[in-house]
Amino acid sequence: MRFFEKILKIDRRWIFLIVGIVVIIPLIFPIGMPVLTTPPVRSLYNYVDKLQGTGKAVMLVTDFDPSTMPELLPMACAILRHCFAKKIPVYLYGGLYSAYVGMAEMALEKTLPDFPDLQYGKDYIFLGYVPGVSLVILGMGGSISGTFNTDYYGNKLDTLPLNKMVDNYKNIGIVIDLSGSASPETWVIYGYQRFGVRIGVGTTAVSAAQYYPMLQTGQFVGMLGGLKGAAEYEQLIKKAGIPTGRLEATIGMDAQSFVHIFLIFIIILGNIAFLITKKRKV
Amino acid sequence: MFMIIMFSLYPPFNVRASDKPNDGGGSILIKWDKVEDTLLAGYEIFILEEGMEDYEQYDYVPAIYNTYEAEGLKNNVNYRFKIRSLGKDGSYSDFSVPTEPVKCYPQFFKLNKLNTFFAIFIYLFILVYFTKKARGEHLFIRRIAGLDHLEEAVGRATEMGKPMLYVPGISTLSDIATLAALNILKPVAKKAAEYDTPLIVPNYDPMVNIVSQEVVKEAYTEAGRPDAFKRENVFFLCDSQFAYAAGVDGIMVREKPATNLLIGMFYAESLLLAETGNMTGAIQIAGTDAVAQLPFFVAACDYTIMGEELYAASAYLSREPKLVGSLKAQDLSKMILMGFIIIGSILMLGFNWDIIIKLFGTV
Amino acid sequence: MRRNLPLALAFILGFVMIFQYFIPHPLSQKFYDIFIQQWLIIISIFFYILSWRSFVLYHTNKIRRKKEGWWASIVAIVSFLFMALAGIITKKGYIFNQMYNYVYAPLQATMFSLLAFFVASAAFRAFRARNLEATLLLIAATIVMLGRVSVGSYIWKGLPDFVEWILEYPNMAAQRGIRIGVGLGMIATSLKIILGIERTYLGGGD
Repeated sequence: MRFFEKILKIDRRWIFLIVGIVVIIPLIFPIGMPVLTTPPVRSLYNYVDKLQGTGKAVMLVTDFDPSTMPELLPMACAILRHCFAKKIPVYLYGGLYSAYVGMAEMALEKTLPDFPDLQYGKDYIFLGYVPGVSLVILGMGGSISGTFNTDYYGNKLDTLPLNKMVDNYKNIGIVIDLSGSASPETWVIYGYQRFGVRIGVGTTAVSAAQYYPMLQTGQFVGMLGGLKGAAEYEQLIKKAGIPTGRLEATIGMDAQSFVHIFLIFIIILGNIAFLITKKRKV
Repeated sequence: MFMIIMFSLYPPFNVRASDKPNDGGGSILIKWDKVEDTLLAGYEIFILEEGMEDYEQYDYVPAIYNTYEAEGLKNNVNYRFKIRSLGKDGSYSDFSVPTEPVKCYPQFFKLNKLNTFFAIFIYLFILVYFTKKARGEHLFIRRIAGLDHLEEAVGRATEMGKPMLYVPGISTLSDIATLAALNILKPVAKKAAEYDTPLIVPNYDPMVNIVSQEVVKEAYTEAGRPDAFKRENVFFLCDSQFAYAAGVDGIMVREKPATNLLIGMFYAESLLLAETGNMTGAIQIAGTDAVAQLPFFVAACDYTIMGEELYAASAYLSREPKLVGSLKAQDLSKMILMGFIIIGSILMLGFNWDIIIKLFGTV
Repeated sequence: MRRNLPLALAFILGFVMIFQYFIPHPLSQKFYDIFIQQWLIIISIFFYILSWRSFVLYHTNKIRRKKEGWWASIVAIVSFLFMALAGIITKKGYIFNQMYNYVYAPLQATMFSLLAFFVASAAFRAFRARNLEATLLLIAATIVMLGRVSVGSYIWKGLPDFVEWILEYPNMAAQRGIRIGVGLGMIATSLKIILGIERTYLGGGD
């Protein structure tokens, strides 16, 4: 009895310690649990895959900062790898706010070494940051070179072969917005509703639940939700024989699995303790 | 010769062009009947501007499309278009029959959003009607637990001789949740002034900081305690999400407020704030319309004001007839919408009538 | 005048913006671009100046009075000045990038990672079967937590699909309901502000 009372009053630092151990061990000793693909992820993957050979580009937007990097950076890397391997041109856009550009740079640094044949300006362009948020989205509907003028490295966009072929949403097959905040909705309002460009979304697990209505109405082509979404996309590109790098999201899923099991265990234990002590008092 | 005729591509038929409706001009929509041919790769679109001598190639679309929007054109200038099919082997068809001359021009009203326009004014009418009606009679509002316990929460802080912490969220003034948070801040500040309880308000956004300073100052003045207002207690902390969370957590741990009010727009930092406050033993009332954060507040706080209850707060706390009337207008509008949803679902599922869907459509 | 002028501005500009949304003419779009978007950026810079003053005053006050944790205020002011100067002088050069990549980014990630621990302690404390609603919450949370990780498919092959069903139907129904309510509330609050029924945001008394 006293055991259950102690359980109810347990110092939360013990819980923190066990969570820490449960997360670290699978990261050091990965198990490699299988990751099953869900329809929202497959839908996005298939849409991107079908752009191969059409001449249309993918615009990948890194609308996240370092806090959501563990969930969203693997998504960015997996999508870039998919596009680079299938020779789908890519506009990498560093996000609607200045703090996000570093994330796009990190994604490129992680993926480019596996694709040494890529030509900058022809296979991909890295757009930097321009203030304006919704104005930028609207501006790109008219002309990307008109909105940005130069790329992140200072090259005039007019001089880059890819931009000569694309330059606005007409030749962009999909805009994939990776974000932990509400910017996917901004892209739907100003991109999809105004110009008809299709939108895909990669978001944190917390935010994923609120985007299901937009997925169901077709405003989003597909969705990667949280670390699992990133892991699913990694598995899809792995199955397609594309170089995957370190599979960070898949490795992270082992840790997430064990943490979830631990959470369920302590919730059940807490409820047992609660019910027993409640009965006692009655 | 016959074989050549048999296997050559056909041009698209029925090519027609029209001004794109509901836009600011400069765009023409082109439609055509698809060419059903496995050899087809796509279509090349040619344009003839008024005053030009010959057609120029304008763009190319893959075979899956049979519509195209020509953009960046001059208003009130005649254009004609013609299209030819492009084969996968690089061969071309003849050109289609050119379209009739068509001009593009800007519209003055988005007719496809007429339903939205009327809905706003219908809602406005309902709002004004109930606002006037509320002056004459008492209108019922159900209990909102979080708001009922605000006074108790302030009293607790006074009894314990500890400050109160009010966090107005991490969004800007353009966010309605932030405005709602400022609406609640005033009566809370007034109570704090009356009870002589220190009130700490760390702000995320510079504009919100300025407004909240004025709101708190006025609240203290209205309570008859302008001398008790300390500007350094209502301050700008920083505008970085997790740095703000770290700063507020630090205030909670150092100042140990007896009451934490987390009201406004929150994102991922919500649980960091709520759980830290819980650890310090404060009574916590949270309120947000951020659906994704509600579970965290429900788990970590004593009372949670959910979604639209946040917008009802100013009416609930002040009981001002005009504000209560606006709540009733909101309720009636919601019931009207519910009615449309039910009727629309029955018509669609039972009779395949999409009339309600078309009524609310704006595309 | 002090009250009436802002109210009049809110009323006029509120209705102007409502009508602007429905007018696609280029003049309307230009009005929005110049007077709203660009003016907003310009005005917000002035607010930043006032808020930096507030930030510096708050921390210097703490340092002067040697309040608890006053040393952290020194760190705050020094960091603020250092990054501002690094960004202005070097124009996002080497030092700024290094500080972003090796200080700012890890700090942000660290704060976010605290959520993992806080979720565990909050879940342990809050997920109790106190009543019917709490029990339903507990069961749904357990199922979704299991189904969203690899282990779920080991327990039951259909669990991930069942979780997708929960997210696509009951979850979406609830989300839509809340969104409709929140949307109506936003419209009501906005109209109240435009009509001058809601005045608290002005800061002054009635």
